[in-house]
Amino acid sequence: MLQTVFFYVFSVILVISALQVILAKNPIHSVLFLILAFVTSSCLWIMLNVEFLALTLILVYVGAVMVLFLFVVMMLDIDIETMRKGFWKNLPLALCLGLVVLAEMVMVLVTKPVVVYQITQTDNSISNSNQLGWMLYTKYSYPVELASVILLLGLVVAVALTLRPSSKNAKYQNIAKQVAVSKTGRIEMVKMQAEKVEVIVDEKVGKDKEVSV
Amino acid sequence: MEILQHLLGANWGFVIWKLICAVLLVVPLTIFVAYLTFAERKLLGYMHARLGANRVGPKGLLQPFADLFKFVFKELLVPTKASGKVFTAAPMIILICALVTWAVVPLSPTLVFTNVNAGLLYVAAISSLGVYGIVLAGWAGNSKYSFLGGVRATAQMISYELAMGFALVGVLMVSGTLNLIDIVKGQSSGMLGGSILSWNFIPLFPFFLVYLISGVAETNRAPFDVCEGESEIVAGFFVEYSGTTFALFMLAEYVNMVLVSTMTALLFLGGWLSPFPTSWGILGAPNMAYLVIKVCILLFGFIWYRATFPRYRYDQIMRLGWKVFLPITLIWIFVLGAWMVSPLSIWR
Repeated sequence: MLQTVFFYVFSVILVISALQVILAKNPIHSVLFLILAFVTSSCLWIMLNVEFLALTLILVYVGAVMVLFLFVVMMLDIDIETMRKGFWKNLPLALCLGLVVLAEMVMVLVTKPVVVYQITQTDNSISNSNQLGWMLYTKYSYPVELASVILLLGLVVAVALTLRPSSKNAKYQNIAKQVAVSKTGRIEMVKMQAEKVEVIVDEKVGKDKEVSV
Repeated sequence: MEILQHLLGANWGFVIWKLICAVLLVVPLTIFVAYLTFAERKLLGYMHARLGANRVGPKGLLQPFADLFKFVFKELLVPTKASGKVFTAAPMIILICALVTWAVVPLSPTLVFTNVNAGLLYVAAISSLGVYGIVLAGWAGNSKYSFLGGVRATAQMISYELAMGFALVGVLMVSGTLNLIDIVKGQSSGMLGGSILSWNFIPLFPFFLVYLISGVAETNRAPFDVCEGESEIVAGFFVEYSGTTFALFMLAEYVNMVLVSTMTALLFLGGWLSPFPTSWGILGAPNMAYLVIKVCILLFGFIWYRATFPRYRYDQIMRLGWKVFLPITLIWIFVLGAWMVSPLSIWR
């Protein structure tokens, strides 16, 4: 009973926040609702006893990817009015695309029976993450390696695209040089004679006036 | 628990019991944190050759409560151009994330709120959420100072989370489990029959150092506290907050400090295990007091660094995270893997 209550609570939050992602006027609020959607779906996954996937969803998507999203959206100067201008013009095309995607999703659900590969949970002492690890590195080791190579490629390409060491404006610091700085190279003690001060009386003001020579 | 389950049925009895446990966990933690702030003021005082807080109560012992009442009775100010709901939610998010992590942290083999199998992953996941409180607080105040502080904090926390994550991978490889209690148990055997020499921090010394220093950076404590660098950006991300909301930020910061110290003690310093060999009778037996002592030593370190080191420059912080810690942890993971499959392995 309690499980059902929690399921409905999380589902309602998930659906509302997913709707708010596209309905919210402020882009920051959209991103925040997307984060809420991720967190609630992770809660739903935990209720299915897949704690590894649920926690990885939070760790990777909410903890890292969405932070960068939020970062970028905060930096952007988005004018809501200009974004809304093209609404009626683009509506027919967007509606068509939306309907196509919806139809595809319905067809997948209706025509094909959903096949769920179930990891045999015979023994509770072996944790979910342990079993998943076994599967990934024995049965699916080639796909895992392939995926990691593709990700590495993406990483290298992203760095190569953004890094321009030949740029003339780039300023680099030589850390070793900074660390090797010693006090004697920076400070020079100079011996100075103290200034001589002569006191004369200013007749008009009638006060002592100091004049340095 | 049985009485409650008898009175309210199995499910609701369990829920109410867990709520009571949560209160029993959070209240001592809050009091510990309150006295941690007092200890910090006194220790900083002694390190600066002054007396520190000594006016309220005997020896100043009631000072934390005086601070608390001062915060509570202050007026809550919300800037006119602030984004109201997000502004109010930010301190709550940061404190909730700090407290929720404690749900899986064991204080002894039996004293744990929930003993989950993926405990380590849970701690990593929830503590990565704390950054939202900071970045939202920085944004919602609609002030340039707080925004700069929020941006700095985000970049810093994301950078150091990676190094911390890799340090956790090292612990994971050695112990072969994500369960925090089992990780501590794994350190109870080895050289000299489960004494200080069999704890993780010796074979994993680079990870230990990286975790310890990244922990200071993650909690935005000095010398990594550029996000609240008061000489440049007033107070950073919480510059617009006053009264109780400000107190929530402070509470979250100290709860996170205690959390990082406890995790370091559990993962690398053998948790509740005794530093003496198990054959020494009562001295060698595992005891929760050992965990408390270890946590207190690590917390003393936090305060000590603050009094000792000047604040890092921002590019130096980034360089340390990405160019020093990340390669160190990556290389040591390879070394550790090779060590574990070689005949010299000490983890069989």
